[in-house]
Amino acid sequence: MTDIILRADAVVREFPRGRRLFGPRSPALRAVDGVSLAINRGQTIGIVGESGCGKSTLARMMVGLLEPSAGRLEIDGQSIPALARHDRRSLHRRVQMVFQDPLGSLNPRKTVREILAAPLRALHGMDRTACNKRVAELMDLVSLRADFADRYPHEFSGGQSQRIGIARALAAQAEVIVLDEPVSALDVSVQAQVLILLAELQTRLGLTYIFISHDLAVVETIAHEVAVMNHGQIVEQAPAERIFADPQHEYTRLLLASALRAAPRSSG
Amino acid sequence: MSAPALNATMPARLSYPRDRPSAFARLTQNRMASFGLLLLSLIVVVVVAAPILPLAPPHVANVAQRLRPPLTPGHFLGTDQVGRDILSRLIWGTRLSLAVGVFAALIASLIGSAIGLLAAFRGGWIDTLLMRGIDMLMAFPYLLLALAIVAALGPGLVNAMIAITIVNVPFFARGVRGAALSIVRTDFMAAARLSGLSDARIVFWELLPNVMPGIVIGLSTTIGWMILETAGLSFLGLGAQPPQADLGGMLGEGRNLLQVAPHVATIPGLVILLLAIGINLIGDGLRDVLDPKLKSGGLARTHARTDAVSLEERSKGLPLPGAAARLPLAIRGLRTHFRIGRAIYAAVDGVDMAIAPGESVGIVGESGSGKTVTALSILGLVATPPGRIVGGEILHYGEELASATLSRLQEIRGRRIAYVFQDPQSTLNPLIRIGEQIAESIRRHQGKSAAEAMRLAVALLESVHIPDPEHKANAYPHELSGGQRQRVGIAIALANDPELIIADEPTTALDVTTQAQVLKLLNELRRERGAALLFISHDFGVIAAVCDRVHVMYGGRVVESGPVAEVLERPRHPYTQRLLACVPELGRRGRQVTPIPGLPPSTDALPPGCAFAPRCHRAAPRCSIGEITLDAVESDHYARCIRVNDA
Ligand SMILES: Nc1ncnc2c1ncn2[C@@H]1O[C@H](COP(=O)(O)OP(=O)(O)O)[C@@H](O)[C@H]1O
Ligand code: SF4
Ligand SMILES: [Mg+2]
Repeated sequence: MTDIILRADAVVREFPRGRRLFGPRSPALRAVDGVSLAINRGQTIGIVGESGCGKSTLARMMVGLLEPSAGRLEIDGQSIPALARHDRRSLHRRVQMVFQDPLGSLNPRKTVREILAAPLRALHGMDRTACNKRVAELMDLVSLRADFADRYPHEFSGGQSQRIGIARALAAQAEVIVLDEPVSALDVSVQAQVLILLAELQTRLGLTYIFISHDLAVVETIAHEVAVMNHGQIVEQAPAERIFADPQHEYTRLLLASALRAAPRSSG
Repeated sequence: MSAPALNATMPARLSYPRDRPSAFARLTQNRMASFGLLLLSLIVVVVVAAPILPLAPPHVANVAQRLRPPLTPGHFLGTDQVGRDILSRLIWGTRLSLAVGVFAALIASLIGSAIGLLAAFRGGWIDTLLMRGIDMLMAFPYLLLALAIVAALGPGLVNAMIAITIVNVPFFARGVRGAALSIVRTDFMAAARLSGLSDARIVFWELLPNVMPGIVIGLSTTIGWMILETAGLSFLGLGAQPPQADLGGMLGEGRNLLQVAPHVATIPGLVILLLAIGINLIGDGLRDVLDPKLKSGGLARTHARTDAVSLEERSKGLPLPGAAARLPLAIRGLRTHFRIGRAIYAAVDGVDMAIAPGESVGIVGESGSGKTVTALSILGLVATPPGRIVGGEILHYGEELASATLSRLQEIRGRRIAYVFQDPQSTLNPLIRIGEQIAESIRRHQGKSAAEAMRLAVALLESVHIPDPEHKANAYPHELSGGQRQRVGIAIALANDPELIIADEPTTALDVTTQAQVLKLLNELRRERGAALLFISHDFGVIAAVCDRVHVMYGGRVVESGPVAEVLERPRHPYTQRLLACVPELGRRGRQVTPIPGLPPSTDALPPGCAFAPRCHRAAPRCSIGEITLDAVESDHYARCIRVNDA
């Protein structure tokens, strides 16, 4: 029995390339080139690939920040681009995003309370008292002290900032969260804290994650299913326990061969 | 480990004072700005009070009293050519000039900012259209445009004000668009959309507060100009019309009397000058307060090398170097501190490290643990102020580098000890072809001919596996990929066959496949050329791939060191053990990562005893007392922990 919450069908996104004043227009750049995916409710799909392979473009299309040039992208059977155009709020109550740069995704001139209250008010129409109560709950959910709510982003470390970013996504009560390299900017000890937090939240709240990363080991830890992207295409997709144990595609093998291990164990 | 348990151990960063002085308080700390503020406040108080001051009527002529000099009884500043009281006209005129200038500046900044915000936020054809319009306005010489507008509208103060406003709009539109563009692309703007905020709210609540400082700075620096410009138009007879006069008009009227009655022109001239000075001083001060990067004096100058206290003081208590004096690098008890305000950050606090010829030694640790400062201290590259070497020795074949002369250091830099940094962009000159950059380093240090140096440069590019090196030598840095640029960085480091290469996170910015290639290359070259390597990384995998020995740093100290395989497979220090448990391992999906609770300490407030104690699962009371030394746990394997041998 599968319950598909998000589906991509031959999704393409092109970007116009820099045009010369004279001379022919160069062909558009295909950042995402025919991606098809089906994502199960309550699961984590990992998307791995190197910089420029189209991971972030795909992520931005999934949350309606970018429109696909072609193909279908659906959440719960409804078209994401159509929702983004006509009913943005309903889209963002279903799908949210956590960004790579923890600090860059928080407005430096807003307190944590203002940042977290924005989706509560705009998406759920909460009043001030309800907001304050919920902000405290959210802070607790991501293990931040409630009295940090009136501080500004620069007063937090990278790991704490990323918790605030996660709390903001939770504030929208979205079931699907797209995480674009959420731990890449963090030190390993903090990365581990955030990975554990994400796993706990998933169990508690039944969230669906689309977890994007260039780090195979991190993706393997957190994902149920892994898709490998190269040049805008998904070259291989398989359950996490299989994909790196038995890679089928040449590019997956190359990634695997390039990954470094802390301790080259014979049993590894 | 449950998440809520982290709660107690996650203190906010203490390094940020909660009660920062307000912008106004900081402005008044600037002496010049305070002076400007005082000057302007005085003028403003006087002109605002004009209606209630016992002044003669400004427009009533009295030809019998014409051209009285200053200090005439009843006419403190004298009278003009038709006998009007100059003091009264001056105060009313200043009032008019100031009002017109401020009003015009406000309107110009409002319209300009609206255009800039709209263009940046909407982008696309709206942006193109608006900015083309602005470009067209800017294509005209500034004052000529103002004159043309007044000529078209007819003379008069209101029309002059409109003209001055229009010519200043492009200035604001451009500036605001530029500032807003960089913000429109940030993640927090995307996040605001995802939070369900409407476009208007995003522009006014998220975008505007971030460009506001820029607008205020722009405003404060243009008001002065705009007063001068309006005065200019009035001076030419295009602004205020008689009998009304602003400062420019008074100046214009006095112009013909300069020989007979100079005071009629000089007094308004002087007031214009004072106004301009006052406003610009405040503007400069505001800029310093709101935009520290633009500080008028530039950033505080740093010295050409890191300051160090005397060798005698630094080497107090150190044993004789012995065999260390024959190594390419021996760091002994190095302490590099930063003094910021009243706080002292012990970024590096007693680091020992020795590198044998041809050996590859790693430093691993979390950000802020002092890896980079250690590396930069070696050749005096830590910025002074605020950095200073306050203890220990740095020996290069027995020569103490922290006390070497600057010219000697420059000889060593790049010739005998070379650096490769994380961001090759920062070391490569974007305007010079890469072949020339390598050749230039060879010429400088080895005195080879230009042709010979270029030949060697091409050979080096080949040895770092740049495809088609002869052709690529003519490329500029931006024409290469990130991986290729890093190879060029390595080629430059290798150019003069150094004895030691210091590489600080050289592959952190690269993709995994590129990283694997660059590391392989570094390993090959090191074997071929026999150079020693000091390799810094936060990534255990990378360290395992290139190093023979490794030092684990925490809070400015080495907490464990030994052969790489030993340390990574049988870590003895609790920190190393916990840190390794945080690293997800490929092919071991069943194994959960185990986070370390809490955060690394700030080096200005290290706990006594073991710096790791607040986070250590094995901590005992005696861990927080006294100095804990780095002791051998096996031959060549050291740990800074008193409980390594406890069961
Ligand atoms: N220019 C500087 N001014 C003030 N403090 C600095 C400066 N450079 C580094 N530090 C401080 O020194 C400590 C160690 O930094 P660093 O050596 O860069 O760590 P790592 O390389 O291990 O990440 C940090 O606490 C950092 O804030
Ligand atoms: S000295 Fe004590 S606190 Fe420090 S690492 Fe060892 S056991 Fe832990
Ligand atoms: Mg560093």
